[in-house]
Amino acid sequence: MADTSWSTGLTTGPTAGVTDAPARHGSPTDQQSTIRPGVTPPATASVPVKPSTRNRKAGGAGRNGGGHVVRILLRLLVIGYLFFLVVWPVSLVVLRTFAPVNDTGGFDAFLTRISDPAFGYAFGLTLTAALWAVGLNAVFGLGISLLLVRYSFPGRRLLSALVDLPMSVSPVVVGLALVLAYSSNQGWFGPLLESLDWQIIFSTPGIVLATTFVSLPLVIREIVPVLQEIGTEQELAARSLGAGAVQTFLRITLPAIKWALVYGVVLSLARALGEFGAVKIVSQGASFNGETATLLVANRYGNFDEASAYAAAFLLVLIAITALVVVTILRPSKEHRS
Amino acid sequence: MKTWKSRLAVTATAVAAVLGMTACAGGASGASGTQLSIVGFAVPETANKAIAAKFQQTEAGKGVTFSGSYGASGDQSRKVAAGAKADYVHFSLESDVTRLVKAGLVDEDWNKNATKGIVSDSVVVLVVPKGNPQGIKGWEDLTRPDVKIITPDPKSSGSARWNILGAYGHAVASGKTEAQASDFLKKIFANVTQWAGSGREATEAFDKKVGNVLISYENEAILARQKGKDYDYIVPNDTVLIENPGAILKKADPKAKDWLDFVLSKDGQTEFAKTGFRPVIDGVKTEVKGANDPANPFPTPEHLLTVEKDFGGWASVDKKFFADGALIDQLRAAAVKK
Amino acid sequence: MKPDTLTRPAAAGLGLALLWFSILVLIPLAAIVLSSTAGGWQQFIGTITDPQTFAALRLTILQALGAALVNVVLGTAIAWVLVRDRFPGKAVLEVIIDIPFALPTIVAGLVLLSLYGPESPLGINVVNTQQGIFLALLFVTLPFVVRTVQPVLLELDQDVEEAAASLGASRFTTFRRVMLPALMPAITAGASLAFARAISEFGALVLISGNTPFVTEVASLKILKFIESDNRAAAASVALVLLVVSLAVLIALDILQRKVARRG
Repeated sequence: MADTSWSTGLTTGPTAGVTDAPARHGSPTDQQSTIRPGVTPPATASVPVKPSTRNRKAGGAGRNGGGHVVRILLRLLVIGYLFFLVVWPVSLVVLRTFAPVNDTGGFDAFLTRISDPAFGYAFGLTLTAALWAVGLNAVFGLGISLLLVRYSFPGRRLLSALVDLPMSVSPVVVGLALVLAYSSNQGWFGPLLESLDWQIIFSTPGIVLATTFVSLPLVIREIVPVLQEIGTEQELAARSLGAGAVQTFLRITLPAIKWALVYGVVLSLARALGEFGAVKIVSQGASFNGETATLLVANRYGNFDEASAYAAAFLLVLIAITALVVVTILRPSKEHRS
Repeated sequence: MKTWKSRLAVTATAVAAVLGMTACAGGASGASGTQLSIVGFAVPETANKAIAAKFQQTEAGKGVTFSGSYGASGDQSRKVAAGAKADYVHFSLESDVTRLVKAGLVDEDWNKNATKGIVSDSVVVLVVPKGNPQGIKGWEDLTRPDVKIITPDPKSSGSARWNILGAYGHAVASGKTEAQASDFLKKIFANVTQWAGSGREATEAFDKKVGNVLISYENEAILARQKGKDYDYIVPNDTVLIENPGAILKKADPKAKDWLDFVLSKDGQTEFAKTGFRPVIDGVKTEVKGANDPANPFPTPEHLLTVEKDFGGWASVDKKFFADGALIDQLRAAAVKK
Repeated sequence: MKPDTLTRPAAAGLGLALLWFSILVLIPLAAIVLSSTAGGWQQFIGTITDPQTFAALRLTILQALGAALVNVVLGTAIAWVLVRDRFPGKAVLEVIIDIPFALPTIVAGLVLLSLYGPESPLGINVVNTQQGIFLALLFVTLPFVVRTVQPVLLELDQDVEEAAASLGASRFTTFRRVMLPALMPAITAGASLAFARAISEFGALVLISGNTPFVTEVASLKILKFIESDNRAAAASVALVLLVVSLAVLIALDILQRKVARRG
């Protein structure tokens, strides 16, 4: 059962709220208690099971005759929706990158556009900020997950709920919040930061803070359900055999949550690389000084330079899809069960 | 199966780590020459980039790189006052530089030069879709019920303030009393479908057909046409002379002085002219693509009003029109109540 | 698996984690709350009830509700197809569904503009319309209900469905009485995530929403406008409303699904 919590794909399952009672709309493990529905079936032994109902796959004959049509319709509906909402628009961006509407097309033109030094700076800055954010969130995320699951302390439920907070906050609100708190001239901590000569807003630390904020819950939400699942038996056994806390963590806990940690990190990375709204507010956004990849897309688009905007957007699409494909490959296959 | 997945994960992590390190390294090694930070208002990015390219070909400008950020003039000015990095600022109006003087970032005698601190000129024009379907001829047509106006918001944008002064100036110049001129403004405000964030955002909204008349800079209309937009523009008989200041900050790199000299030189002003701005020195003659008449791109309107002579200077204008709760705020509130 | 009380190193770790969390999240959010009420309660109410601001908030909330609803239906359908159906290429769907989550929002805006903007090959231009906003919200909230429902659907024991079918229940009845109650917690969880995301959305709306007051102006863009106009109190006020609404919907859906779970 250990692989249910990360079979949820890139977006994580419901709030990984850590509770003792299963009442929260919680992780898949909490679902078990509510799955048994109200319909009480008679004891299966006394009901002769009709042969037609054994045939799950075909959804075929007998009472479920219309089922086949429904299945096909549903399939078409879903494929159609996804095609018009995601597939075609994304492929158009790829197309427009190499055949812009009002500009020169072709691979060479694309290469010229992305070899603009501003591109190198922007993507470098984005990557730097994202790696810092992911690093901080991995380390603190791991720590917080362990604390939430393995220990009890007053306010644990509150902390667990608060950890999910960044998912519901609008990016512009994140930017505004950081400016209100840490702006050098008007922020709460302005005077303190000035005296230390630390500049947070309009400088790289501000970008890192914003990126860390928005990707904070992603690692924790992946790790917590797994920690809950695996239980403490092995860890207790190791401790009782004399292993130290660090040893136990490195040898027992970490390998068990390894994949959850990896997924959380990839999720965080994708989120961090794509942050726009918060960075727009806390960063100066100048070329070679605070312009991240996403700001580059917006700035170029706003300067009558659609082709450059599409070129940068294409690179970001490429990175996003690569991350998705990596996660899909690494995820243990669900189909092999049942 | 497990080993190749593990290998993939390890490889991915290694690649990410290497990219991260190169990103950090790349960021650090960027400071080989001088980098001048330009903070500009919304529309002169193309112009400044063109001037920078020419500057880099001169002796003084060899090896100098530029970092630029562009946005609504008021907003940009506040950002610099709050700590954003700048060596040279190019704002829409003088008040935005005065703010920096008050903040101690710019010398008080910044405008004691031949051009009184101004580096580029323009006039307020009315931009319409190609063919002028609404038949707009001048300011009076803006009070018609079928007209949907786009103008920026004076709270953040410099362009907005020039537009308002243009309308008010026309009213007074055509013989209206102050009360009648205020009423004229109110009628125009009632027709505004959108108060955009900046001059450029107003152009973008016009492009999205949010309205059918755009009040903007002459240089913005010309640049848009150069970039392929199907716009026409009308230079009203009486309009305001737009004067954009350029100032060097106290803590600027010494190269900034050479830069400002170049901006005010014939070469610099020619680049301004080519992108639609009116030069501030005499003797600049060049064909301007995108102008109504490329051979005679900058016609002199019958009545060209200036802030100094016709409005009593920016300090008086800010107090009367644009301060919180002053005339414009009152008129906007009154216009909405209709 | 009873949790332990804190050991000394754990307590130190907790303290450190709380400090980091405060610096990063709690203090900035507290700054929002305090800035919005700094001018007094009257000023806060005045900002929120200003006709244009109120219209923006109302539009945002209604659009988000609509998007969440559509996702409840379509998201469940998509999850169903992913779990119960079999056809070649189904694995590709898994990647497609996650694209909106992995894509930067400003790129999502460009993506939608390419098919539904001025240069659309279909001739559909939804820029500066409420449909355009709705479309953008559907795009960014696509994965949420799908991914919460999918694992539950996977775990669902099909014996009960078969028993119900063998007792004469139609497919629809089986779905309504057997599966829906089981899926409800997951659906409501996904719906509240989708709603919270939709009212917060910014990047995907920057290019598509024309920002016409009363018609296509959304709350997040209003907040940015207030920031650029040096009116941080108003920006914080609107931000506070968004936070409270998210929280309210989260709690309401939580209560709702508990009621359904108890009945079912």
